[in-house]
Amino acid sequence: MKILKLSFIFFLIISFNHLKANNEDMKNEITKNLRCLICQGQSVYDSDSEFANSLKIMVDKKIGEGLTEEQIYRYFENKYGEWILYDPLFNKNTYFLWLLPLLIFLTGGAIIFKKLIKKP
Amino acid sequence: MKNKFLPLSIIFIFVIIFIIFYKGLQNTNIYTPEVTANNEIPSFSAKLLYSNKIINSSEIFESNKFYLINIWSSWCVPCKQEHPFLIELKKNKNIEVIGINYKDTQVNANKFLDELGNPYDQIIFDKDGTIGIEWGAFGVPESFLIYNYNIIKKYIGPLNNELINEIKLKIK
Repeated sequence: MKILKLSFIFFLIISFNHLKANNEDMKNEITKNLRCLICQGQSVYDSDSEFANSLKIMVDKKIGEGLTEEQIYRYFENKYGEWILYDPLFNKNTYFLWLLPLLIFLTGGAIIFKKLIKKP
Repeated sequence: MKNKFLPLSIIFIFVIIFIIFYKGLQNTNIYTPEVTANNEIPSFSAKLLYSNKIINSSEIFESNKFYLINIWSSWCVPCKQEHPFLIELKKNKNIEVIGINYKDTQVNANKFLDELGNPYDQIIFDKDGTIGIEWGAFGVPESFLIYNYNIIKKYIGPLNNELINEIKLKIK
């Protein structure tokens, strides 16, 4: 019985640690995708400025409140505008940005396809 | 015709890339924060500097009243510069000045106010800077003019005589 209790406690500790590690991973992922607005070319994850440190605490709090990654991005976008996100959203200002690689890829594909058809 | 297709498409791609880079050259790479107007104030609960009492934002703000939220800290040099202007603004009865003490210690904050005077009707203690984030602030000093639960204007950096006169005109 004692062994059972001990193993139960051990299991609890392990699962709690796992949960914490998951949250830590999520926090790192999110802060890497947020731009430190007062630094030059640094993410919140990389920066040690007062602003970035507060943002890290805020991300922690929001994860603790049970918000999903997407909801946390929307929260910061709402506060600071789209510029805070490293990944630009798909809207009328960024159609070109998102579609150009696809366009180039298709053109390249078409050229290769044409050449292949021509050969035999 | 078919032979021409490849060089033409390559030229076309290069022209597009050139246009993008050329346009990028013209853009300034210094980020200027968006000064959003007519935004609703955030709701938060925080500790007060003097009483250690937890207060909710709904207890601070009333409708049809002007408020100036000022984010400050004792370690911030520009805050010292703007302080006399806040004391000057406090003489105006139409506005309430609320301070958010950003990442500071109670001892240093009290010393700062004893030395330079206290223009604030209430001071919120923001030890970890998260209340500042709720307001969408970048650092210290920063001020928000509020009317009817809305942010009318955001001032990034220290207030000066010109800006204080602008605020006075708005709250007349």
